[in-house]
Amino acid sequence: MRLLRLPRHWYRPVGLLSAVALVLVAGCSGPYPQSTLTPRGDFAEMVDAVFMKTVYLAGIVFVLVEGALLIALFKFRGKPSDADPKQIHGSTMVEIIWTIIPAVVLAIVAVPTIQTIMATAKVPVVSPDGQPPLKVEVIGHQWYWEFRYPELGITTANELHVPINRTIDLRMKSADVIHAFWVPQFAGKRDIFPNRETRLWFTAKETGEFPGACAEFCGLEHGRMDFYLMVDSIDGFKAWAGRRLADSMLAYTGLPKNAADSVPLASLDAKVGQGRQLFASKGCVGCHSLSSMNPFKGQAGPNLSGIGSRKMIGAGWLPNTDENLRDWIEHTQKLKPGVAMLLPTAVTDDEAAALIAYLRTMH
Amino acid sequence: MATTALDPAHTAAKHSVLVDWLTTVDHKKIGILYGASAFIFFLIGGLEAEIIRLQLMKPDSKLVSPEFYNQLFTMHGTTMIFLAVMPISAMFFNFFVPLLIGARDVAFPRLNAMSLWVFILGGLFINFSLLLNAAPNGGWFGYAPLSSRGFSPGINMDFWALGLQILGVASLAAGVNFFTTILNMRAPGMTLMRMPMFVWAVLVTQVLVLLSFPVITVALIMLTADRNFHSSFFSYNVAGGDPMLWQHLFWVFGHPEVYILILPAFGIVSEILPVFSRKPLFGYSAMVFSMAFIAFLGFGVWSHHMFATGMGPLADSFFSLATMLIAIPTGVKIFNWIGTLWGGSLQFKTPMYFALGFIAMFIMGGLSGVMHAVAPADLQQTDSYFVVAHFHYVLFGGSIFSLTAGAYYWWPKMFGRLLDEGLGKLHFWLMMIGFNLTFFPMHFAGLLGMPRRIYTYPKGLGFDGYNMASTVGALILGVGFLVFIVNVIKTWRAGVQAPADPWNGATLEWAIPSPPQEWNFAVEPIVRERDAVWAMKRAAGVKALPEPPLVSGKGIHLPSPSWWPLLTSIGFLTFMVGILVKGETHGFPFGPVSLVGLGFTVFSIFKWSYQPVDHSTSH
Repeated sequence: MRLLRLPRHWYRPVGLLSAVALVLVAGCSGPYPQSTLTPRGDFAEMVDAVFMKTVYLAGIVFVLVEGALLIALFKFRGKPSDADPKQIHGSTMVEIIWTIIPAVVLAIVAVPTIQTIMATAKVPVVSPDGQPPLKVEVIGHQWYWEFRYPELGITTANELHVPINRTIDLRMKSADVIHAFWVPQFAGKRDIFPNRETRLWFTAKETGEFPGACAEFCGLEHGRMDFYLMVDSIDGFKAWAGRRLADSMLAYTGLPKNAADSVPLASLDAKVGQGRQLFASKGCVGCHSLSSMNPFKGQAGPNLSGIGSRKMIGAGWLPNTDENLRDWIEHTQKLKPGVAMLLPTAVTDDEAAALIAYLRTMH
Repeated sequence: MATTALDPAHTAAKHSVLVDWLTTVDHKKIGILYGASAFIFFLIGGLEAEIIRLQLMKPDSKLVSPEFYNQLFTMHGTTMIFLAVMPISAMFFNFFVPLLIGARDVAFPRLNAMSLWVFILGGLFINFSLLLNAAPNGGWFGYAPLSSRGFSPGINMDFWALGLQILGVASLAAGVNFFTTILNMRAPGMTLMRMPMFVWAVLVTQVLVLLSFPVITVALIMLTADRNFHSSFFSYNVAGGDPMLWQHLFWVFGHPEVYILILPAFGIVSEILPVFSRKPLFGYSAMVFSMAFIAFLGFGVWSHHMFATGMGPLADSFFSLATMLIAIPTGVKIFNWIGTLWGGSLQFKTPMYFALGFIAMFIMGGLSGVMHAVAPADLQQTDSYFVVAHFHYVLFGGSIFSLTAGAYYWWPKMFGRLLDEGLGKLHFWLMMIGFNLTFFPMHFAGLLGMPRRIYTYPKGLGFDGYNMASTVGALILGVGFLVFIVNVIKTWRAGVQAPADPWNGATLEWAIPSPPQEWNFAVEPIVRERDAVWAMKRAAGVKALPEPPLVSGKGIHLPSPSWWPLLTSIGFLTFMVGILVKGETHGFPFGPVSLVGLGFTVFSIFKWSYQPVDHSTSH
């Protein structure tokens, strides 16, 4: 019974610790859209499987070793007046045993580790849907994401649209410093270098909107370099890609590609027309392309095709409301100090409203 | 030659107290100066951590600007590693290695003083940047190309590169010194396998320092050249340079550095557990060899910091397995500590509380370390708060708990007074609760997708509760250290006078008065067994040795004080300041300030070398 009796002066701290733990558990509840623990793609599932194996093993080791420590603490409590205990210097047998046991435990971890390293190393040749993987070029910028689909001729920013069940073959490069691409529900991180291409792949198994982030410290606004992964149904993805191309027509000609597109025509709305002019006269066009169709590489600002219907602005962190868009246009440096967007200067609320009206036509 | 000694007034009349401390070559005074300055840096680093935690307490917080936040976490990491944990360990090396091996001082006392002053000046140099609002802001790992002049045009990262360079000199000089001291200055009879485990830990640590610091020295020279003299080792736009080169060099240093931070902690705990279990360390040889094995493997695992760079499956597999191997000797150490407790008669004094806290916390840090060794899993964990949790369990739960244990254990020997037990235990519980409340939730925050080094996070990702808990925990931790400060002040003013051997100690320092006299041992001790003082007690058939009398140091020659170590350090600092103020340069790289500094350094070393022995200071 002596084993279980806590020393009296430990009651309070131990009680306090338990209370704190309870509050902690109660205070934290989901949803967790960026969690590594809810994989929704094959790469992340493989990683999660090997991780959970180590968690269970670690849990067992934790209970056994911390348990042995606690038992020793309670069982061998001495008083200052006690005689010296038996002077043991060690035991070769015991020490050999507890060298072998961790070696065996680690071997159990090592096998699935190597298997998973090999399984995740190469991009699959064929997607689960039977098609070849879809290539996407990821270009990290201080501090936003550029996504290019070389096979589709589409460029976009900060919102990566992919079809479900199609393996995505990411080829990544940085325009400046090292970044890391991380969308936890689908794959682990991969660093992005300015001088060499790195690769990553995943296949999404669920449609929806999933946040991702830059995970390598990349300077002042590293904390605000987020993005969204939009997993669409096959039809949804086709429609999105179609809109990108239609958008591009609109940006070049001011006319929608066909009348069925319900975008308001620039010529029909004075405000939109004013916005279109301002987009050029205020210098926006110098850095931002409104077209998805193969704008030249190395543009300073994020591509704005489809900006009207994007979920977020400012690299994945401000909801795309008119109010936020206005603040962004008028006070970029206040909202996200350090970003390269220095224009437009001195925009009135009316001008901002016109610009927004124009941008909202880009779906 | 000898004058009438044991006359405090005699020495006091010769020098003021200030001059005495500025020119000292006494390893004990140097140790105390290391400890005092490192503790101040520790408080600065702790304050930076508290501001970080207040900023992250709530989502979308605007308490500090992103620029200041980046400076805070860079300075917090740099400070805690180079200005707190390493020099607090150095305090124990300095004060206790000579005592534990029965020596009168270290092998090179003046070099030792130089290490101290270079460290203090280097620490002040880096921290001075805070006053200019130009503190380093590129992370303690300084990844290129972000740390290059193109992406970090300010002098922030110059402070970092040059500051670490200065500190590296202090570490290397100390490394040479302690390596030599331990191998050459042991008392008769103290064979290597009779050395206290702490001395073994110091020896192995110095090997790590001597092999790993040259790598960071070279890397920092290259970085400084890239930033200031237009070379392109780490930039990618000129043929040949590669940012990956920096990562390799940094982690070839950086991983052994982790063991430089933790091995002394292992050593301290290995001294405390036997004393408060009244039973020798379990499996001494296994403890020595496992420590050496950890240090050896520590040079073969650096790339596990770089799994996310996409090195390919072969490299990933190699570094995964090598990292897992380290868990075996580490496990052996933990089991042997528990084996030391097993069957003992445990005395729950404050040092024992902290040592036990160390074991309990270090187990958790070790287990999350194995999770990182699983390369695919690490792709999710690296650069997330899971890693932040892991290394704080190792460096705070490990190193800081152990160093605190060492402070309570050795305080009476250093200052002759016992720290208050009640306040000590309060400190322990505040630290234990605060620590776990701060860092345990970070495991979850990381697994739920919170990246590191972000100055804020949005609502709706589920990070809020965990961050709130961490902030509350950090404040409790802060209170814990306030209690420690109160304890120190209280002990200073009215502490219980410590006997020579308050804990029934096993090692030689407990056989001499508290605090030790300047010459440590009036008579050179002779060692016949491990745990020398326990052996003496057994041989004499007593539970405690008689209180050693204060003796006259008549005829004992001690190294004489010198200004030159301090002046050499000032010269070296001036040289580095010169590079800082000259900044980016296209022509001759060194400005007048650097040249003056360099000249003064050479002059000081020359004077140092030819300084005659001052016989008047012999006793």
